[in-house]
Amino acid sequence: MEETTRAAAVSPNGHREEALTDVSAAADAAPPDRGLIERLVRGVARQVQSRIPVADLDERDPDYIRENLPGLWLLASIYFRGEVRGLGNIPDSGPVLLVGNHSGGNLTPDTGVFTLAFSAYFGVERAFYQLAHNLVLSMPGLSFLRKFGTVAASPENAEKALEDGAALLVYPGGDWEVHRPIWERHRVDFNRRKGFIRLALEQKVPIVPVVSIGGQETAIFLSRGETLARVLMLDRLFRLKVLPISIAPPWGLNIGDMLGHIPLPAKITIEVLPPIELREEFGEDPDVDEIYEHVIRLMQETLDALAAERQLPFVG
Amino acid sequence: MRVQAQIEVSAPPELVWEMVTDPSRYLHFMAGLTRWEVVSKSPRGLGARYRMLMQVRSAEVGGLIEVVEWDPPCDLAWTSVTGLDQRGRWRLRERPFGRTHVEFRLSYGVVGAGILGLVAERVAAPTVQGHLRRSLHQLKRQVEHEQLRALAAERRGKSRVA
Repeated sequence: MEETTRAAAVSPNGHREEALTDVSAAADAAPPDRGLIERLVRGVARQVQSRIPVADLDERDPDYIRENLPGLWLLASIYFRGEVRGLGNIPDSGPVLLVGNHSGGNLTPDTGVFTLAFSAYFGVERAFYQLAHNLVLSMPGLSFLRKFGTVAASPENAEKALEDGAALLVYPGGDWEVHRPIWERHRVDFNRRKGFIRLALEQKVPIVPVVSIGGQETAIFLSRGETLARVLMLDRLFRLKVLPISIAPPWGLNIGDMLGHIPLPAKITIEVLPPIELREEFGEDPDVDEIYEHVIRLMQETLDALAAERQLPFVG
Repeated sequence: MRVQAQIEVSAPPELVWEMVTDPSRYLHFMAGLTRWEVVSKSPRGLGARYRMLMQVRSAEVGGLIEVVEWDPPCDLAWTSVTGLDQRGRWRLRERPFGRTHVEFRLSYGVVGAGILGLVAERVAAPTVQGHLRRSLHQLKRQVEHEQLRALAAERRGKSRVA
């Protein structure tokens, strides 16, 4: 899951996609004697890009969500001992931008726990979408996420969801934050990405911070592997700035986390903070940097408080 | 899945009925309840609607419910309109010496949830059962306490007149 980013080109599936633009540009500009490996990687990239589903908010299926809530409840209650506080802080109706800190690698258990809590609290009838990295949606076997309201991270999808009056969950830290090393697990790190603030200002919707703890203890994350990602051109080809290295079952040493892993049963606690009405609090012409610092400070303070409550890692 | 709990209250059924039909009291005596809001014009009676939520482990579950049976001071039943499928019932029966037998039943589930749904219902049952049991004890305490206060006030009134 990740933040929406601005890009100029429009892809065939209706998204303004940095990666697709980069691939096409690279293909045009590349010399005819390019290496076999480069051509191979570019071919894989094209395959992956072609698998990214065309965005359709109507793919969210309330009946499917309802029928699967008991299974999700079992997972959240027994395996992750989930606890979600402050759902009453989310406005009862209307569009709202939920901004979360992102944890747990490519499998993000806190998203599951929050989706369950939100759907049970407000009912599956209330439209709720989550933005996800393109790669997540193009992975085989994960198409069911679209029925839960997961859509590819793009400015169009985010704008459309909010214009439709939905609640939208974004993770500005994206792949950068979700793969942070385990010793940084109690740190909110959006990597200075501020697109979510511009989105909230443009759409005139409140920001509701959602702070979670425990997700980054579901595997032992050792490194983001950003140098490795740069060397392998993953940034240009797949919009991946990281190639994470972790220790996780069943693989042991897990590089890339492309096949997922079995998350460790760490206790997950989520706290929803009161809504931030940007123009009411920061004036008619607000400073994006000031809002960013404010949101980060609020979320970090809450995460510190949740960390102080936690007596043992994993156990909670 | 159906869970139920029962208790004997040392008060007449009318007093207990007054308590279980007053939506403003629910958050005071119902254990695990996090929301009980009136969403219909009429706050009580046949057709009254409430939005309710109950904390069951990792989630607050519930939804919109509607009163479908109203037989004072004996039976009150509701069924879900949205959210979790549920049917609840208060069953009050008069006993000798001004006592009342109170039974609280709750059936719940999610139609179409399959095997995981059945497992989840059974896993949730002890928590829901605990909420029901605690609710009845709190109901008993509050009704009996109110009756004592009412009797004491009556005695004070009589002694002043005398």
